[in-house]
Amino acid sequence: MMNILVCVKQVPDTDEVRIDEKKGTLIRDGVPSIINPEDKIALEEAVRLKEEHGGKVTVISMGPPQAKTALLEAYAMGADECILLSDRAFAGSDTWATSYTLAQGIKNAGEFDIIFCGRQAIDGDTAQVGPQIAENLEIPQITYVKGLEVDGKKVKAKRALEDGYSVIETKLPVLLTVIDGLNKPRYPSIKRVVAAFKKEDCIKVWSTDDFEVDMAKLGLDASPTQVYDTFVPTNEKKGEILEGNEKEKVEQLLEKLKLEQVL
Amino acid sequence: MDFNLNSTQEMIQKIVRDFAENEVKDIAAEIDETCEFPRENVEKMAAADMLGIPFPEKYDGAGGDTLSYVLAIEELSKACATHGIILSAHTSLGAHPIYQFGTEEQKEKYLKPLARGEKLGAFGLTEPDAGTDASAQKTTVELDGDEYILNGSKIFITNAGEADTFIIFAMTDKSKGTRGISAFIVEREYPGFSVGKKENKLGINASDTRELIFQDCRVPKENLLGKEGMGFKIAMTTLDGGRIGVAAQALGIAQRALDETVQYVKERKQFGRTISKFQGLQWEMAEMATKVEAARLLVYKAAKTKDSGQRFSKEAAMAKYYASEAAFAVANKAIQLHGGYGYMKEYPVERLLRDAKITEIYEGTTEVQKMVIAGSLLN
Repeated sequence: MMNILVCVKQVPDTDEVRIDEKKGTLIRDGVPSIINPEDKIALEEAVRLKEEHGGKVTVISMGPPQAKTALLEAYAMGADECILLSDRAFAGSDTWATSYTLAQGIKNAGEFDIIFCGRQAIDGDTAQVGPQIAENLEIPQITYVKGLEVDGKKVKAKRALEDGYSVIETKLPVLLTVIDGLNKPRYPSIKRVVAAFKKEDCIKVWSTDDFEVDMAKLGLDASPTQVYDTFVPTNEKKGEILEGNEKEKVEQLLEKLKLEQVL
Repeated sequence: MDFNLNSTQEMIQKIVRDFAENEVKDIAAEIDETCEFPRENVEKMAAADMLGIPFPEKYDGAGGDTLSYVLAIEELSKACATHGIILSAHTSLGAHPIYQFGTEEQKEKYLKPLARGEKLGAFGLTEPDAGTDASAQKTTVELDGDEYILNGSKIFITNAGEADTFIIFAMTDKSKGTRGISAFIVEREYPGFSVGKKENKLGINASDTRELIFQDCRVPKENLLGKEGMGFKIAMTTLDGGRIGVAAQALGIAQRALDETVQYVKERKQFGRTISKFQGLQWEMAEMATKVEAARLLVYKAAKTKDSGQRFSKEAAMAKYYASEAAFAVANKAIQLHGGYGYMKEYPVERLLRDAKITEIYEGTTEVQKMVIAGSLLN
């Protein structure tokens, strides 16, 4: 039996987001919200482990009330219980304040053998929240997980590196951040969708009154990083054009590909 | 009047749309060519509980409403009309009559595995000489002790080669006309039951359409659906529901034809500008879009009427009549606006036209729908 928790974030579907060139911000109007894709992979792994070993999957998210939709979808994918941390006090949190809030919520939710996070969210791309939650909870972490074996009281994970992977083993409890390729998330069950909307009590909504938090560590004011400006990057990298005859060009190309470890 | 989907319906629509985009769309052209039944996708649909959407959880269904089911067929049909009809024939024609007319034992034994998607359903009414005149059934049935013995054949049966559970109609007492027809649940494994070769069709090529042959096929007595003589009523009631499914399939085809055209005219350049700039084409597209939306309102209304528990024969007939003609007209116009490219198989619109045609024919031709509508006005 395993007690598993998954952190998910509701994000705008960036495939459908356009950028306001003047302001440098995302135009979010009319853009559908989705579960962050790598969080879906995390959830799929959690549900598979539950199916294999028995136990329970709890999903937690911090966000505005409309993030409930993401949790209903998580329920339809096989989560047993969903918790939404939602309070005006959380608004404007950077990764530091977010990971503190989530860690406090997790402590209130119980003790877990494995905590799964996606590596990073497609709207922020920081990859910081997972590792920071592990630090807040003082448990080990393995990031960039692309393969996983769970055996009794320990996990063995393949941790992706730029040019390969390392295999890391640790005892439970552990926090794992997962990447694309670990699994292919299932489609949510329509039966569970109908059930979730019928009895919305599968989602608990917690405000600052419902779990222990230090109000001084929440939201924008408690966030050490603040965004001053955003802009659309211009790609100034130019391709390199090789000189010489055909044979020389092929030789140069091979040399460069070897240097870059492509070959 | 509320034209908005509720949250459950919206999420079901999104899930099936994702599924159709990721699993169905890319194989549509290929299975149209190879005529191969998409068995693997049907299994994936079962895993996501798509094969029992409108049945209560008590019978292992998803507990959804007819509109949710219609949204699923529409989304699948946008990607591939074959997938749409597999779901519709299974749910509306194979499983629904058991849900509506079956005994608790029959529901336990047959509806539950159909709703779970472990078994696939089909429906056999049409015969070589009994099409629109469905009462002219030549398949006979005799009671022999604890078994009925079926003899005869059914043609053009959707899912025939792939289904496990069939609803079959046969004449128990010819002297009684339509009141002499009965319905039976027939398992594919029953001795004396076989299927013919796969039909070669104009469209929905991967849908498995065959003849069903019964030669002294022995069916247990308890597999009579409803009572003896109720068959015609069961068939007509079932087809009322099936028509909403076909109308949803037509709607999906029409929407896809419009979507493809909008994209194409914005890319295709002639006379130095994209053809979307020409008002003549804009007006054509305005007509296409209006037809699609009108079809959608009729289809959703029919689904909502069914869910409300009222009679819905007229609404279903109007939805199927209008949506199927809209699908054919919009797909035809889509090819015209694509020009020569539209006639080529590299683009999906020629397939949409071939797939659209059948929606004007099966589960009651357009002419039959008009009979039903006129009947409701005059009776």
